[in-house]
Amino acid sequence: MSDTIEKVSIIVSKGSLEGVYPALIMANGARAEGIEANLFFTFFGLDAIHRKRIDHIKVATVGNPGMHMATMLGGLPGMSALATHLMERKMANLDIPPIHEFIEMIADTGAGLYACKASVDMFELTKDDFIDEVQEIITVGEFYERAAGGEIIFT
Amino acid sequence: MPTATISGVAVDVNDEGFFEQPDQWTEDMARELAAQEGIAELTDKHWQVIRFMRQEFAEKGTGPTVRVLGKTSGVTVKELYELFPKGPAKMAAKIAGIPKPRGCI
Repeated sequence: MSDTIEKVSIIVSKGSLEGVYPALIMANGARAEGIEANLFFTFFGLDAIHRKRIDHIKVATVGNPGMHMATMLGGLPGMSALATHLMERKMANLDIPPIHEFIEMIADTGAGLYACKASVDMFELTKDDFIDEVQEIITVGEFYERAAGGEIIFT
Repeated sequence: MPTATISGVAVDVNDEGFFEQPDQWTEDMARELAAQEGIAELTDKHWQVIRFMRQEFAEKGTGPTVRVLGKTSGVTVKELYELFPKGPAKMAAKIAGIPKPRGCI
C-alpha cells in the first residue's frame, strides 16, 4: 500500500454551513496538494449545489451543542440567520470564500462535482436545478466507479 | 539541514525539497527545479506565477494560497492547475525557491 493519498471522493450529506464547509475545504485542500478529488452531494447536501439555495446555507442553531446556546434560544426567529452572519464575517476575515465562490473555485481546480440520483429523484429535482459546475447526476454504483482506487470520506 | 545541488550550486532545502533561503535562488535554478517537478518548459505564464510567488513572499514572508494566486496573480485558478498540475501553490513555491505556503484554503 502506498503511503501517499492519490485520490479522495468526499460525500456531502448535510445542508448546514458546518456540514458543507469541511467537505469543501478538504476537497480544495486535496487539489492544492495535487490529489485528485470528487465531491458527491446527497440528501440535504444537495442544497450546496442548488441554484436557489446555495447562497442561503445556514448554521444549525438548534440541536447543535457546539453553539453553546440554550436550545430554546437557538429556536428563536432569526437566530440561525444571525449566527450564520457572524460566522460568515469571521470566515471572510480569514479569507475563506463564501460557499458559492468556493464551489466554483473547486470546480476550476479540476475536481468532479456530482449529485446523487436517489436524492435528486426523492426531492423531485432535475439537472437544471443545480449550478452549472455540477457535471452529472450519478447513481451510487457510478459513484463507486469514480471513487475506485481512492479514499472515500463521508461528511 | 539537508542541502541540494541545483545548477551546480549547493542550497539549503527542507525534507520536501523547498528552499530554506530564498536568496540562494536564481532564475537558472527554476528551470532545473521545474524539470524535477515534471514541467519540461517554463512558459511566460509559468514565469508570471513564479515572479508573483517571490514578490508575495518578499512582501508578506509567506507564499500565497491558490485562491490568492487566482485572484491577484492575473492567472485564473483553472490555468494555474493546467500550469502546475500537482498543486499550483505548492509546485510554484518549490520552483520559485520559497518555503511551502501553509494555509487551508
